[in-house]
This record gives sequence, structure tokens and C-alpha cells, in this order.
Amino acid sequence: MGKDVWVLVDHEAGAVRRITLELLGKAREIATALGGRAGAVLIGPSRDDTNTKLAAHGADVVLRAEGDGLGAYTTEAWTAVVSDAFRAHAPAALLVPSTAWGRDCAPRIAARLGAGIVTDVEDLAWETDHLVARRPMYTRKILATVALSGDGPQIAVVLPKVFPLPDAASDRVAEQVALPGRTSDREPRVRVLGRHEIKRERASLSEADIVISGGRGLRAPENFALLDGLAATLNGAVGSSRPPVDSGWVPHEYEIGQTGKTVSPTVYVAVGISGAPQHLAGMSGSKFIIAINKDQNAPIFQVASLGVVGDLFAIVPKLTDEIGKAKAAT
Amino acid sequence: MLNIVVCVKQVPDTEQAIRAKSDGSGIEESGLNWILNYYDEHAVEEALRLKEKHGGTVTVVAVGPQRATEAVRTALAMGADEGVLVTDPAIDGADGIGVARVLAKVIADLPFEVILAGRLATDDNAAVVGAALAELLDLPQATAISKLALDGRVATVDRELEGGSETLEVDLPAVFTVERVINEPRYPTLPGIMKAKRKEIKTHTLESLALDGAVGAAAARSRAVRFEAPPKRQAGQIMTPPTPEEAASAIVAFLQNDAKVI
Repeated sequence: MGKDVWVLVDHEAGAVRRITLELLGKAREIATALGGRAGAVLIGPSRDDTNTKLAAHGADVVLRAEGDGLGAYTTEAWTAVVSDAFRAHAPAALLVPSTAWGRDCAPRIAARLGAGIVTDVEDLAWETDHLVARRPMYTRKILATVALSGDGPQIAVVLPKVFPLPDAASDRVAEQVALPGRTSDREPRVRVLGRHEIKRERASLSEADIVISGGRGLRAPENFALLDGLAATLNGAVGSSRPPVDSGWVPHEYEIGQTGKTVSPTVYVAVGISGAPQHLAGMSGSKFIIAINKDQNAPIFQVASLGVVGDLFAIVPKLTDEIGKAKAAT
Repeated sequence: MLNIVVCVKQVPDTEQAIRAKSDGSGIEESGLNWILNYYDEHAVEEALRLKEKHGGTVTVVAVGPQRATEAVRTALAMGADEGVLVTDPAIDGADGIGVARVLAKVIADLPFEVILAGRLATDDNAAVVGAALAELLDLPQATAISKLALDGRVATVDRELEGGSETLEVDLPAVFTVERVINEPRYPTLPGIMKAKRKEIKTHTLESLALDGAVGAAAARSRAVRFEAPPKRQAGQIMTPPTPEEAASAIVAFLQNDAKVI
């Protein structure tokens, strides 16, 4: 078995997502213990600073595939590149960001290689000769320990913000390895017709350090503007529980919970959210939870680090002002 | 005429309390209410809509213990035409790739242009089987789709990305896993339920599928070795400030002194 630990780089035209860097830190930790190297698998077009960023955050080697058919993410092209690279270089493990693309291709790579795979990973360790992961199950009513095995490759799909961003060392240089590009002569069976951005002024929901989330208590879609104002002063992102999505107030992209995203920000502010188990499943990993709700019996208060019983329509605008003043004073 | 296959799973209803066994080897199953996986309801619904629009048949396939026939019957009651269950004690302990191997073997003998599944099952949340199935059948895939339209042998789908979405064109036959926003599932009707009760559900074992030892615990490369209750979050301070000003001050103080983010 190999000693290297690889990270599949999730990026948009060379702009590396933060979670990739978080996983590089973990990959380097495990690889160092194994006496191997941390590798970053970079597929598709990159920018001038892509390599330096990966190296600075822990990549000892950047394995790079580009060229025809690799311009935009497609499942089959990425699966082929990673699987072939795995067979050629036999690393011990591959860490994959739990993003739309990572979740899409990782199981397919595992099936092709006959690999062990674990998803939704919140903690990860190497024990003797295999990965051991911890992950929530059953709407986070259970925490499971999952062990991978076999002498083949091992794949862990890891949630954002569970590992710290490693310190960047800008003088680090990574060895460059060219991977073969697209080798299949089969016509692509999936074609990307277009990509559409949902405009966000600040960090994305899964990457933000502060998430302001609204629930049924907001009463109407236009009241999400209150949360936008608060998020702007805190440089946070706005999310929601399920009812506002079901009512069509915000797109599904906002939803946090069992049927939406899992987030683990430093601060999660739940505004007018009762705290149903299905919502708690997606945000209980947050470091601090602040809840604002007029119902003192709302279950959200049982998990809140700070619970404030009161009228959100009066409190949130005041809070936005106060934070602005506090920031101006420092 | 479309041949549509829907892969479904029976899961415990996670609205109820789920407890780990005292020895951590699994969850306490006695008294649990088992249901058709939430996302699979959306997959069945999408299959029925395709059938209503283009004509064809909907075949539901499940892998699981005998009780999983109930999940298949729920799908039949919604309007699916045929039900298949693969049940065999030797499948116990299979990982997602193992289950995909079983499904691939069953589905390979069925006519199909479209294979649908939920984007994940709400028990283990793994989201592995759909993409693994596509690989094992050498089919194109689109996972977690929020929209599906067919035109002849080509599908157009939307799927969510981080901060956006993409539109893909997918050649059929293909595997699609569906996000909950793709549709609103119908409720089974009383005549549907009565009809589903009379329908024969075709049952397979590993032997009748001529599947060798490539599934089950021995072949699994991923195994849940311990189940436990998650650590309880300590409830913090709950306050009822008399004025919004005091509420705001308390939160600002918390952000400064405890969370240290401002």
C-alpha cells in the first residue's frame, strides 16, 4: 500500500475552494505520519496562483490533468482521471470535498476501483492500515464510527469546516506531476449546457464563519432583508430552515438541515427558527449558536449557547446597528 | 414508451427517537416505524410523471430484509407498475458499493431507459449507491437533480452547485438521483393501496441472481463499527431581555467576549 494521501481539488477555473485547503492540512498530517506525501489532484484549467496556493497549504506534490474534455467538470472525465492516477501511483487514501462535484464523482471512483468509501465525514484518523471516520446518521440522532478496509484505495468525502484551514507557508514549493488528460475516445455522454450563479455578496453558506439563518418566524420573504443587513455587518452568509424554502421565500440553496446543507460555522444565528430535529441535523456542529425566538419553549433554545426570547423584528435591526457601532469603535 | 426503473430503500422514520444499542453494534430496531425513504418518494413521483407524459412502465427495485416489501408496496400504491425485492441474509453488512452490485445485477436483466433514485437515504445519508450503480452499469449519471425533462433519447437536467446550479444534457439510458425540490410526491389513493396489495412482488435471492461473494459483509470495504448518541450540546444562557436594546447589547457582548468574532 502507498503512503501518500491525496486531496481532490474542488475549484472553479482555478479558484480553489476553501474546503480543498482544509483537507490538504489533514492529508499532510496523515501522510506525514505514514512517511508519505500530501498530493493535490488538480483537474482542468487553473490560474497562476492555483499551484502556489495548494503548495502553501500543504501539498507536497500537485498532480495535474488538463486539456481536451477537462474544461468543465463532468463526472465521467474526472472519474477517469482520478481512477487512472490512483492505479498508476497507488496512494493510501483520497480525501474528497463534500461539494456537489465531490459527492457526484467520489462514489463512482470508489465503484470503479473497488474502494472503501465513507461520506459526510466530520472526523478522520488513520489507524494501522486504514481510515477511521466519524459521521452523523439518522438525522444526526446517531454518531457512527466507520472503518474502511481492504488493501485497495480508501476514499473519504469530508464536510466543509470540520478541519481548520492550515497556516499558509508561501515559500513552499510542490513537485509537479503531469497526469494523462482524457484518454477515452468515447463521445461524452453528459454535456454541460450552462452554469448559473446565485449571487452572494459574501462568503458561500458552507464556507462562511458566521451564518445568519431565518425560519418561519420571519413571516414573509421580504423580511429576509433584515437578515441580509445583519449578515452584511458580520460578513456572514444567509441561510434558512426548511419552511421558508417550502413557502418559496428563498431558494433551496439556502436550506440548512437534513434535507439541505450541513454547515459548521463559528457562529450560527437562528432567527425565528423553532429548531426541529431536521434543522438541528444540519447545524449542530456550529461552534456557537445564538437563537432569537419569541417562544421561550422553542427546542432551538436547548442547543443555543445564547438564547434570547423576544421579538426578532425589534431585536434584529437594533442588533445590526449595535454591531456596526461596536465594529466602528474597535 | 419508456421503461423506468426506480431504486428504493426502506428506512426508519427519523421523526421518531433513534437509539443506539447498548453495545454500540447498531441501532435499536424494536418498535421502529419503517417507511419508504423520503427522497425515494420524490424519485417514484418523477418516474410516474415521466410515465404520464411519455407512456411506459415504472418498475420499483429494493434491496433489503423481507419487511422492505412494505416500501415497495408504498411505491406501487403511488402508481408504480411492478415491484422487485432482493432479500438475502448474505447481503447483511454490505456497503453501498455492494448494494449497487446487487441492483446492477437485477437491473441489467430489465428493460430501461431511465433509472431513478433518491439523492440519499435518510438512514445512513451516504449518497453512494446511485453513482456506483451508474458506474457498474456503465451509464452516464446526474446526481441530486432538481429538474428533469426528456426529449427522445436525451435528458436535460438541472442540479445545484455551491452557490449556483448547472444545466446538463444527458444521453439515455442514464441514472439520475433526485433532490427534494424536483417535485411534490402524490399520496397513495385508496384504490391505489388496494391494487398494490394484490400485486405480486417478485423476490430474488443472491442465488437466483447468480451473484457470487462480491456482496455482503466479507466484501464490504466500508463498515460502521460503532453507533452512539451524539454528545449533547450544553444549553447555554437563556434570557428574556425587557427591551430590544438590551437584547442587542447582550448578543453583541456574546459575539465579542465568547465567540470573539467582533
